[in-house]
Amino acid sequence: MAFSTATAYFAPQPFPLNTASPRSHDNPLITPASASPFFGSTPKLRLSPSPKFNLHRRSGSGVSVSQVVKEKKPKSTRSLLITKDEGLELYEDMVLGRAFEDMCAQMYYRGKMFGFVHLYNGQEAVSTGFIKLLKQQDSVVSTYRDHVHALSKGVPARAVMSELFGKTTGCCRGQGGSMHMFSREHNVLGGFAFIGEGIPVATGAAFTSKYTREVLKEVDCDHVTLAFFGDGTCNNGQFFECLNMAALWKLPIVFVVENNLWAIGMSHLRSTSDPQIYNKGPAFGMPGIHVDGMDVLKVREVAKEAIARARRGEGPTLVECETYRFRGHSLADPDELRDPAEKERYAARDPIKALKKYIIESNLASEAELKAIDKKIDEVVEDAVEFADESPVPPRSQLLENVFADPKGFGIGPDGRYRCADPKFTEGTAHV
Amino acid sequence: MAAIFQGVGAAAPLSSSPSNSFDSNKSVFSPRRSFSVSKRVSFAVVRSDGKVNLNPKGRRDQRLIPNAVATNAGSAAASKQGHELLLFEALQEGLEEEMERDPRVCVMGEDVGHYGGSYKVTKGLAKRFGDLRVLDTPIAENSFTGMGIGAAMTGLRPVIEGMNMGFLLLAFNQISNNCGMLHYTSGGQFTIPVVVRGPGGVGRQLGAEHSQRLESYFQSIPGIQMVACSTPYNAKGLMKAAIRSENPVILFEHVLLYNLKERIPDEDYICNLEEAEMVRPGEHVTILTYSRMRYHVMQAAKTLVNKGYDPEVIDIRSLKPFDLYTIGNSVKKTHRVLIVEECMRTGGIGASLTAAITENFNDYLDAPIMCLSSQDVPTPYAGTLEEVTVVQPAQIVTAVEQLCQ
Repeated sequence: MAFSTATAYFAPQPFPLNTASPRSHDNPLITPASASPFFGSTPKLRLSPSPKFNLHRRSGSGVSVSQVVKEKKPKSTRSLLITKDEGLELYEDMVLGRAFEDMCAQMYYRGKMFGFVHLYNGQEAVSTGFIKLLKQQDSVVSTYRDHVHALSKGVPARAVMSELFGKTTGCCRGQGGSMHMFSREHNVLGGFAFIGEGIPVATGAAFTSKYTREVLKEVDCDHVTLAFFGDGTCNNGQFFECLNMAALWKLPIVFVVENNLWAIGMSHLRSTSDPQIYNKGPAFGMPGIHVDGMDVLKVREVAKEAIARARRGEGPTLVECETYRFRGHSLADPDELRDPAEKERYAARDPIKALKKYIIESNLASEAELKAIDKKIDEVVEDAVEFADESPVPPRSQLLENVFADPKGFGIGPDGRYRCADPKFTEGTAHV
Repeated sequence: MAAIFQGVGAAAPLSSSPSNSFDSNKSVFSPRRSFSVSKRVSFAVVRSDGKVNLNPKGRRDQRLIPNAVATNAGSAAASKQGHELLLFEALQEGLEEEMERDPRVCVMGEDVGHYGGSYKVTKGLAKRFGDLRVLDTPIAENSFTGMGIGAAMTGLRPVIEGMNMGFLLLAFNQISNNCGMLHYTSGGQFTIPVVVRGPGGVGRQLGAEHSQRLESYFQSIPGIQMVACSTPYNAKGLMKAAIRSENPVILFEHVLLYNLKERIPDEDYICNLEEAEMVRPGEHVTILTYSRMRYHVMQAAKTLVNKGYDPEVIDIRSLKPFDLYTIGNSVKKTHRVLIVEECMRTGGIGASLTAAITENFNDYLDAPIMCLSSQDVPTPYAGTLEEVTVVQPAQIVTAVEQLCQ
């Protein structure tokens, strides 16, 4: 199922600009023929331009593109998309993400963490679907909504929770916080507070991978980078500049758009001239794929292909995941603008419930096994909180450490004292 | 502990070598050196008590640097060694040597590859090292600077060129947020060993936007180091030191200095990033300067010496952090400070330096610090107006006279 760039160009119908109806008033994005969101079908991503398909998603009788490209197989002859182990892994990861974020909310309201905390509830399918396909050396770059990306990549829940509590045992020694999750060991390159800022960094990581293969001659280096960002970022210059560079140099990167329709209180439709973000991929010479981001199996299928494409050296892919956040933008957001009906509709498509249903219906595992996983995750999260609670706060002396990687270059003479007569400039040594 | 300025050789000796007499007619050798190194005329060893030994007559040889072409006259042994080149060639040499030495060093910027760089600093490098190592980027400063930072986080050592320093204003987001901050916010996990370099400063009627001095804008960013080169010798040395440093370094070059010619040593050397350069030792007044203004100062120094003054000229080179050690020693000796810079008056390097000196050496000052900066005005196109935007030697002479009253 290769993406050929020759056919990677959608030719959508002209879009009715004055259609004011947001996605929430649409018919559900599944045709009546399909009973459950999980077909167990393999979405075949045919990217040929097909003017026949009506892409008026926003109008009343919209058909989603994921419909268009889905191949419906009768349930009895479908092959299972995942093995039992994979299923349980995906389930565990999503439950970890959900339980962790719920605990964050609790801790925030109890005054254990402060500032801006952006929770990922509802979007777990995207993180799990993509990141569980990566190797340790692959990199992930995210935005401020990065707790679950870090967890999926393998950063221990203890380290993330401590970081949120601002303790010195956090993954960034308490210096980063909610919006700056970094992990050298697991190749999580952040955690960025300004949107769009992480995309060039991800492009750089992908550049290093290509450089390592072609200049340093490590021919089996096929590290892939995933850049996660939202719909609001897709109107930002850095996004377009990086799409251009990644496609130009065929960098091994996948741009994953978590389109949850809302940038704080700004609806995607009110801020974007062409809301179909996947259209922007072909404009730069890369495939643009749209996928149902509430369905982890569909996301995983798309991710497999996009990541494989990057590994083969064929270049970047733009994947738009249609998803939704169940909570507000951050814990300080009253979330008054979104239509309750819209929220309900998406709550009904909760990815965890859907995967659970699939696993049980396909007899991959029993309810008891899933419950056991739930319990295990609860314990993990509680242990993380306990660990974070008991960890020490950073001492004052930590303030000026790590400002510079190489303070030895800073005017330290051979006698070990600062040559600069202004020692307040920086202190301490590089500490990892 | 004597401080030898100019950081000759890879290991800049901070040893207590005996003070050598300053005599421009012979090259001064550090006792530890077994080879003769070509030195520039203005070289001295300043002891930690601030004394500089002059030749016995008490009158210094009048061999100053009269013009922008720095020559190393009178050194018979030295003239056989070293090679003469222009400043942009020195930068290129430094860059090329570092790229040879470490395969992870790469260059990215607009027109650095096939075009050879808008000021020819990267000439020939793409042919030699390939298109990926000397990367021609599209015109997207913010993004390719961010890309360089991402590459640095994952193991490469990019040298990011801004075609003109002013263009890096577009990359301010990445330089401030990522370049400066990521080492700290990641708790020390990721280092960003980038070098951001490019030509800046007021040129010859280039217009307001191409004549910007970004030192003042970048100086507050926590986590970055800033250096400014002014001669082929220190250009090559600083370039190499910046590439080898684990910190993000911004190297400021000047548009008008690229064609300076000087003889530099053949062997490998670096200049310490945090060190200032003693251009001309003196007794009466300390003149602190950097980049192109150094030459205006030296021109003024000629006039001043003829009038009987003895200015000490220090090229601070390191804009962040300041080398308060060298500067402090000088202040303790002369008790008068004049800062001459091309930066704007408001919030410029001079303003910071004034504050730093006042804070640390207030007791040693006999007079308030004077700071001559460019006018707070967008550089006009007209030649006559542009001339008065920057500090001219006549103003420096007047200022010193005023200071030494």
